[in-house]
Amino acid sequence: MTAPAAAPGDPPLIEALHAGRVLGGTVPVTLVKDATLTIGKGEFVAITGPSGSGKSSLLYLLGLLDHPTSGEVRIRGEATAGMDDDERASLRLATIGFVFQFHFLLPEFSALANVMIPMRRLGVRSDREMRTRAEEILASLGLADHGHKRPDQLSGGQRQRVAVARALANDPPLILADEPTGSLDTKSTGQVFDILDGIVRREGRTVVAVTHDLDLAGRMQRRIHLVDGMIVSDKAATAPVA
Amino acid sequence: MIRLLLDLALTHIAGRGRQTAVSVLGVALGVGFSIAMAALMQGSQNDLIDTLVTEYPHVTVSVDTRKPRPQPASDVFDAAAYSGLRPRDDRRGILNPAAVESALRSWVPGRVSGTLALQATARYGGSDVGVQVIGIDPDRYVTVAPLADNMVQGRVADLKATASRIIMGDGVAEKLGASVGSTVTLSSSQGIARRFKVVGIFNSGVSAEDDVMVYVFLKNAQTLAEQSSAISDIRVSLDDPYQADAVADRIERTVALDAKSWQEANQSLLEAIFVRNVIMYTVVGAILLVAGFGIFNIVSTITHEKARDIAILKSLGFRAADMRRLFLLEGLAMGTVGSVLGWALGFALTMVLGSIRFEVKAEVEMTHLPVTVDWTHYALAAVFAMASAAIAGYLPARRAASLNPVDIIRGAT
Ligand SMILES: Nc1ncnc2c1ncn2[C@@H]1O[C@H](COP(=O)(O)OP(=O)(O)OP(=O)(O)O)[C@@H](O)[C@H]1O
Ligand SMILES: [Mg+2]
Repeated sequence: MTAPAAAPGDPPLIEALHAGRVLGGTVPVTLVKDATLTIGKGEFVAITGPSGSGKSSLLYLLGLLDHPTSGEVRIRGEATAGMDDDERASLRLATIGFVFQFHFLLPEFSALANVMIPMRRLGVRSDREMRTRAEEILASLGLADHGHKRPDQLSGGQRQRVAVARALANDPPLILADEPTGSLDTKSTGQVFDILDGIVRREGRTVVAVTHDLDLAGRMQRRIHLVDGMIVSDKAATAPVA
Repeated sequence: MIRLLLDLALTHIAGRGRQTAVSVLGVALGVGFSIAMAALMQGSQNDLIDTLVTEYPHVTVSVDTRKPRPQPASDVFDAAAYSGLRPRDDRRGILNPAAVESALRSWVPGRVSGTLALQATARYGGSDVGVQVIGIDPDRYVTVAPLADNMVQGRVADLKATASRIIMGDGVAEKLGASVGSTVTLSSSQGIARRFKVVGIFNSGVSAEDDVMVYVFLKNAQTLAEQSSAISDIRVSLDDPYQADAVADRIERTVALDAKSWQEANQSLLEAIFVRNVIMYTVVGAILLVAGFGIFNIVSTITHEKARDIAILKSLGFRAADMRRLFLLEGLAMGTVGSVLGWALGFALTMVLGSIRFEVKAEVEMTHLPVTVDWTHYALAAVFAMASAAIAGYLPARRAASLNPVDIIRGAT
């Protein structure tokens, strides 16, 4: 593994221990099966696999959006199974930033307002600080002049960068991105990827990104490959998939 | 936090402007009409009670001759049966009236006047009319009854002159064909007849009084009844009419006479008013409940339309309670705006209703609908509206809050 060795006794940022997710119903569907992985601070991890292999499902489990039906997910060594929805929501708010394949911005709010929403919910900064921070983040993603625009006035790539800015708003140690470049052209893809890369390198955050793009995956430090809900390989990105 | 939710709520509402306007208008109409209706109801009720309070004695003290006297055997035995008991045949009226009157005067917060009522026949020209003669002390009587205000001709004080004088209802005067200056003869059932000069005519607006009542000086009435210094009733007018029940109670306890408050005397009327109020509040509640449906409809639509936004917010770390509050807030916001508009509408309607003038009877001057502007109506209508808006917002809010973000995100991706 290429993950920087965590200090002994320092629990990893996120762990899955035999985590599985089965959708109940007359014909149960297995989304994720027996996933065990450990992701530490400062890692840039790609999750790859064919369509329908359970990449998104795994990401939802890691992001505490979904409950595993077997096994468990730990954040900083802390079991999440016993948490109620409110505790999980608080944990998401402060420690996990999501970027979805579709930007999922609130359509009526400006880019700046969208970025401010998680900060306002957390409520630790003053109005002025929130605004300043949102402007800074947008500027660092090359959107300094677009803060006042609504999502429908932005290009796809710009929207996705706003989504990244929103994920960064509360300064979370972990960013989970589900095909953040899935709907973008090559140029925009490059931009968004560079931003994620910068987040890892310069800010020391952890980014876990689902991607179809093997080129992109190749540029990350570590690649987890899924087939039919199972982790079939988990190794440095440059190594060929088993 | 609450400002953030408010921002979100207003955005949602603004996104559905026309529909929101319709449901807000629904609430406004509900509140407005409720207020106008309450103003009219309250106004007519106040009018009625005003009439009762000014026309009727607040407390009437009389001898209770309707029931036979209690028998000593009842005090001794637990159960006793009597046969052949009759109400006491005592026409002397209130015993020792001077003492009773001065006793009442010593503590009753108001004015007291004793009267003697008897039946008599009035004769003028060729016509006989049965009348109720009320013997009064004119100075005192005008302080407990609106007779002075009801005088059409003459003054109450004119009764005081030494010669026998009479004031009669305009109905009586008309039936007799008498007018001011005529001399009529009153004959009592005791067979006493006296001649009285008409010095005044009154019109109380209650034909049951105007057609039968005549007023004479108390002494003259006592002569007709052959009972010197007798008094049959004591009328009490209170500074605060709503003390009547308490005062009547105390009179019954202290002087052992029958005392009846105006509320007791008009109980069935007051009960009818109560029933009317119950009906009114039911209708108001129903109107505002219906207005609530409009809000339910739109909040419900918004929760469906904004399911994706709810999923986004929840995935960002908003709690279920935040989502509940958000949509509750939307319902309440519409309820608030609706209530405020409704207040304005209600006030305007009340003013319009109050200004409508119409003629009831040719000879009575123009009258108008009685309306009362009472802030409790406004508060009550708003409370009703807000409660129905809160429920209307809460029901879809609860569903929206329990929504699982993954389901929506999966569906969208
Ligand atoms: N609600 C559902 N009911 C039944 N099957 C489902 C449901 N949701 C997902 N699945 C199935 O679960 C599997 C995993 O889905 P998931 O979205 O995690 O795959 P993915 O790897 O993200 O695919 P993609 O690359 O297309 O986004 C798929 O085969 C999908 O058909
Ligand atoms: Mg997917």
